[in-house]
Amino acid sequence: MAFINENTNNSAVCSVDQYDMLNVNITADQLIDLVDVLKNKQGFIYLTDICAAHYPEKVGAEFEVIYHLHNLIENQRVRLKVALAESDINIPTLTVHFVGANWMERETFDFYGVNFVGHPDLRRILNMDDMDYHPLRKQYALEDETRTDKNDTFFGR
Amino acid sequence: MSELIIKSTGQMISTETIDGDIATLNLGPTHPATHGIFQNILKVDGERILSAEPTIGYIHRAFEKLAERRPYNQITPITDRLNYCSSPINNIGWHMTVEKLAGIEVPKRVDYMRVIVMELARIADHLVCNSVIGVDTGALTGFTYMFQEREKIYELYEEICGARLTTNLGRIGGFERDFNDIFHAKLNAFLKEFPVNFDEFDRLLTRNRIFMDRVIGAGPITAERAVEYSFSGPNLRAAGLDYDVRVMNPYSSYQDFDFSIPVGKDGDTYDRFVVRQEEIRQSLSIIRQALDKMPAGDFHANVPEFYLPPKEEVYRSMESLIYHFKIVMGETTIPAGEVYYSVEGANGELGYYLVSDGGRTPYRLHFRRPCFIYYQAYPEMIVDSVLSDAILTMSSMNVIAGELDA
Amino acid sequence: MVKVVESPEGLEGQGFFATSLDKVIGLARANSIWPLPFATSCCGIEFMATMGANYDLARFGSERLSFTPRQTDLLMVMGTISKKMAPVLKQVYDQMAEPKWVLSVGACACSGGIFDTYSVLQGIDKVIPVDVYVPGCPPRPEQIIEGLMKIQELAKNESLRRRDTDEYAKMLESYNIEQAK
Repeated sequence: MAFINENTNNSAVCSVDQYDMLNVNITADQLIDLVDVLKNKQGFIYLTDICAAHYPEKVGAEFEVIYHLHNLIENQRVRLKVALAESDINIPTLTVHFVGANWMERETFDFYGVNFVGHPDLRRILNMDDMDYHPLRKQYALEDETRTDKNDTFFGR
Repeated sequence: MSELIIKSTGQMISTETIDGDIATLNLGPTHPATHGIFQNILKVDGERILSAEPTIGYIHRAFEKLAERRPYNQITPITDRLNYCSSPINNIGWHMTVEKLAGIEVPKRVDYMRVIVMELARIADHLVCNSVIGVDTGALTGFTYMFQEREKIYELYEEICGARLTTNLGRIGGFERDFNDIFHAKLNAFLKEFPVNFDEFDRLLTRNRIFMDRVIGAGPITAERAVEYSFSGPNLRAAGLDYDVRVMNPYSSYQDFDFSIPVGKDGDTYDRFVVRQEEIRQSLSIIRQALDKMPAGDFHANVPEFYLPPKEEVYRSMESLIYHFKIVMGETTIPAGEVYYSVEGANGELGYYLVSDGGRTPYRLHFRRPCFIYYQAYPEMIVDSVLSDAILTMSSMNVIAGELDA
Repeated sequence: MVKVVESPEGLEGQGFFATSLDKVIGLARANSIWPLPFATSCCGIEFMATMGANYDLARFGSERLSFTPRQTDLLMVMGTISKKMAPVLKQVYDQMAEPKWVLSVGACACSGGIFDTYSVLQGIDKVIPVDVYVPGCPPRPEQIIEGLMKIQELAKNESLRRRDTDEYAKMLESYNIEQAK
């Protein structure tokens, strides 16, 4: 599978194979071109999932958006990973290529605050609309700090 | 106003042909027809639906953040609550994800036991969905009869793990106990009685003139559009594409079994109903094959770091005591890495994206929930149909609120 | 074999039966509770099993489920209530007519359950008054039926004036619920 990446991109693209899945680390500007080629020429017509992860210790690349694509005919899967800095957390949207990316990107925005440029309706989907922070970032606690009926000393927190 | 813009997708509908006013109807979060809580704000012209704005998140329980706090074996109870009609599939999928990341090989017997349990769960989930399609068209009898069959499946779960609905079944590395004689007796009785009762339900609805007239053509979607929306599971197969994770990426020895994948044509409610009916029959065939060919062996892998040692060993040997302590306290660590693993849930490709940093809890766990992904297509599927067909489409897509919101 | 409800104590004669009004009304209310199944998640599926033929909630008088709050007596909250859903729950409770009872089924409705997270309401008694709590995750159908039987006892023994008392009004005020006059 490595030859696909040599052919699809002129700029440096790292690909690491782990647990039998091809991982491709790219930057945000390479995303659309690569997805174009993968979808239209290599047969990766199925977008399995979009999610994100927060690595606060990697300064300058705190957020990582992960795309899983699937070629149903040849049964190949690929994982694209885009690293974003907290100060510039913008990435182009995939809703033009895959209609199913709409809600997946909204969920990623809701949880991490990743801004998908060009998304038709980027707003919160699972949390309440008036929530002012992005809860899955590592600095925020799991529990609601204002609750009064649980005694944290009993739960080891 | 000559155009109406659908907010979420930016599509525009022309309203020039509308005679009268456009009404806004709130198919609110609590509604007898929404099996689960999600809201749809519909713009209707009489009975004809022009647009729908879904709102979900009414049962968002933050599973993904909760999983970052819990050790690996304590995450199984929360995977239960994803698609709670078929919890064993979620549990076993999670265990297989951890086994892949930790590099654990399970014995063949465990694979076959898992197949039996997962197919029972698939039957249970499809029974709910199809009975509810019957209820939404007015046929309440099928519901009552099929829920009796679900009680038999609950008794089977109780023999293995003790719980009826949210099973927390199995362990990383296998099962907590082998199938005992009572389980085999009950399973054989089930395999004898269920097909008879299921055929009765089938005769009631599948070729029933009234049901077919009602349900054919309700909420169609083409296969190309379904793939663009990343559909999976029975909804995609009803649209015409035969993508089944059990065949595409076989897991748990599914390649040893001989079964076919039912595929529909138009992707409407009737096709979804019939695809699920046929999948129940295929699941029964798989269970029979697994029972016949069940290999002898251990019911768990030999991984003392993850699997509790027997109590007699804990009282006698030091290593077993330490392993027991570490597992119960949740101090077992998984090697660092990331993995994406998917199983064929009752609704489609249920995926787990697990990132581990070598600690006792996952660094990031993301659930690829099929319901969440295909529910996006709902506004498109009901545009231009009547309200009662919209209700049917919703129930035939088998939207389980736990999996929608997670 | 059908078991008929026991009649209350009273003075019996040919063609008449005299007893106190609240006993008769209590008897009628207790044995014809129309529930509103506010089923949100897994406990809702156990409720569907309870309504099925094996456990049969209908024999307790709850044959007719109603999804409209205007016609029900009992609000059965089954499943997790998130903070997004809480105003909806309160609105449904407000729309019910007195006398009304609330049955909180499942650990999530009683106290938030295993979901001690930022988005889950830690118990519905933060927004509405609850009469009976049924613990369990999910509770077995027998437990749900026992919860209903306790509501029946409450309905049977309730005084007719309870909903007009000051104590009741004060309790509703503590939940910020406006009592319909």
